[in-house]
Amino acid sequence: MVTVRLIGAGDGKPKREFRLPGWLPPYLQATPLALILGGFLLLPILMIVTVSFWDYDFAQMYPDFVSMNYVDTLGSWVTWKTYLNTLKFAAIVWVLTLVIGFWVAYFLAFHVRTAAMQMVLFLVCTVPFMTSNIIRMISWIPVLGRNGLVNTALVKAGIVPEPIEWLLYSDFAVVLAMVHLYTLFMVTPIFNTLMRIDRSLIEAARDGGASAWQTLTNVIIPLAKPGMAIGTIFVVTLVMADFSTVQVMSGGQSASVALMMKNQMSLLQYPAAAANAVVLLVVVLLMVAAILRVVDIRKEL
Amino acid sequence: MYTEKRPREFYILAAFFILFVLFLYGPMSAIFILSFQGPNGGLTFPMNGASLHWFGNLFETQAVGDFGGAFQRSFALSFMVMIVTVVVSLLAGLAFRRKFYGATALFYLAVASLVVPSIIISLGIGVLFQQLGFSPAWYSSGFGAHLTWTLPFGVLIMFAIFNRFSPSYEEAARDLGATPWQTFRFVVLPMILPSLIGVGLFGFTLSYDEFARTLMTAGTYNTLPLEIYGMTTNVTTPVLYALGTLTTLFSFIIIASALGIIVVMNRRRGKA
Repeated sequence: MVTVRLIGAGDGKPKREFRLPGWLPPYLQATPLALILGGFLLLPILMIVTVSFWDYDFAQMYPDFVSMNYVDTLGSWVTWKTYLNTLKFAAIVWVLTLVIGFWVAYFLAFHVRTAAMQMVLFLVCTVPFMTSNIIRMISWIPVLGRNGLVNTALVKAGIVPEPIEWLLYSDFAVVLAMVHLYTLFMVTPIFNTLMRIDRSLIEAARDGGASAWQTLTNVIIPLAKPGMAIGTIFVVTLVMADFSTVQVMSGGQSASVALMMKNQMSLLQYPAAAANAVVLLVVVLLMVAAILRVVDIRKEL
Repeated sequence: MYTEKRPREFYILAAFFILFVLFLYGPMSAIFILSFQGPNGGLTFPMNGASLHWFGNLFETQAVGDFGGAFQRSFALSFMVMIVTVVVSLLAGLAFRRKFYGATALFYLAVASLVVPSIIISLGIGVLFQQLGFSPAWYSSGFGAHLTWTLPFGVLIMFAIFNRFSPSYEEAARDLGATPWQTFRFVVLPMILPSLIGVGLFGFTLSYDEFARTLMTAGTYNTLPLEIYGMTTNVTTPVLYALGTLTTLFSFIIIASALGIIVVMNRRRGKA
């Protein structure tokens, strides 16, 4: 029988020591997390599901059980087009972040030779991620704008006769900003899995006569798949949930599901927004569940 | 292997990496430079003289709303979130080292917290508070909303740390007669302290920059990211860049001090 005491109880004084049953501590330790996630994640989602069946007018919501909000949401062309647009962003950004993220992680893991340098370069990549997303978005304006750095350079070099309009406030700008914001979510998990690859496997491949390319495609990439899957979960869910990048970078010309929700929320159409939220949540969770079939997160940490 | 000549692949990838770093930092340095724009300068290059005009502008209350107050609220909120994230993640990390009923469910709840779109959490907490008759505020509903974003990161990091943590240290301490509390306080805690500071840094910066989750949960008073988000639509002067430069510098200071503490700790341990 294992005896475990509550942290801090009976500190070094065997006389006053009181013993908790061995099974209890993990429950006590897990309680705060369970309470917080229960109260601020589960309850709110249940609330949204409930409210999505309510009736509403311009001023108020009325508890009810109507399917009107879902009929309105799913029956409208705009919704389907918006979903298609959001999925398009998700697909493009996913491919770009995966390719960029993999090569950056690969360089860090296999070509940087000292652990200290590896750490420094990894931090260089991580630091921007810890600063404000909105500021990082805004920072594209002086670069891509009509009189921005890129256009000025292109015009001066005589490559284009006049500034390119689609650099800013376009789908291109949205994708660029998303790649800028989210690539790190791909780099970190892939770097993590690459660092855990046993180096003797690579030597074995080389001794067996594999070229660098064959080692990459037959040994490294298959072993890096779990990292790619985790990065994919991050990137896809972040893009599916994005409204600010789409709003700021497209200048209001493009739409995403979350932006549609946000507009309904600012019009106080909460039940409509809630129905949208439930649909979006189901889509996102299905995508994550599909990815989780490829990878067991608990093993990969 | 260390004397081997660098293959051509190395130079291609190194160039790619440098491009990536330029891509990350280039735009940021553009707004950093432009925040020193002269009083008559605009949102883009060229610089029209250099001045601190826009930084001064930032502190005139009428110009850009309540920047000082928003900063104070954001700072207080991030600080609260940081403390709670570290403590709760550590406890959960300890719990997950042993089997308990509902462990898998709780783990997947934490993962769900990471993948559920921020705006849905914002809407849910906002409506929940409204229906319960509480008025949302940054220190109540906003606080909870931020925790749903920082805690899963904290828990996953703790998970990774304890996965690599050999139980033999604790067994040794126990064999030498340490109580469970002593084992935790003098063996486990010092070993994981640098990681805990990392968790705290994550908690602080994620909360300090978070705004999708604060959208419907901040109540009457805006946090700094909400203030900045509002400014993107109606401010057309470099004062926006000045604010961006200041908050980014603040983030850098926080990151640098956290890393500094970790480095100092590791040095001390190396000496001991």
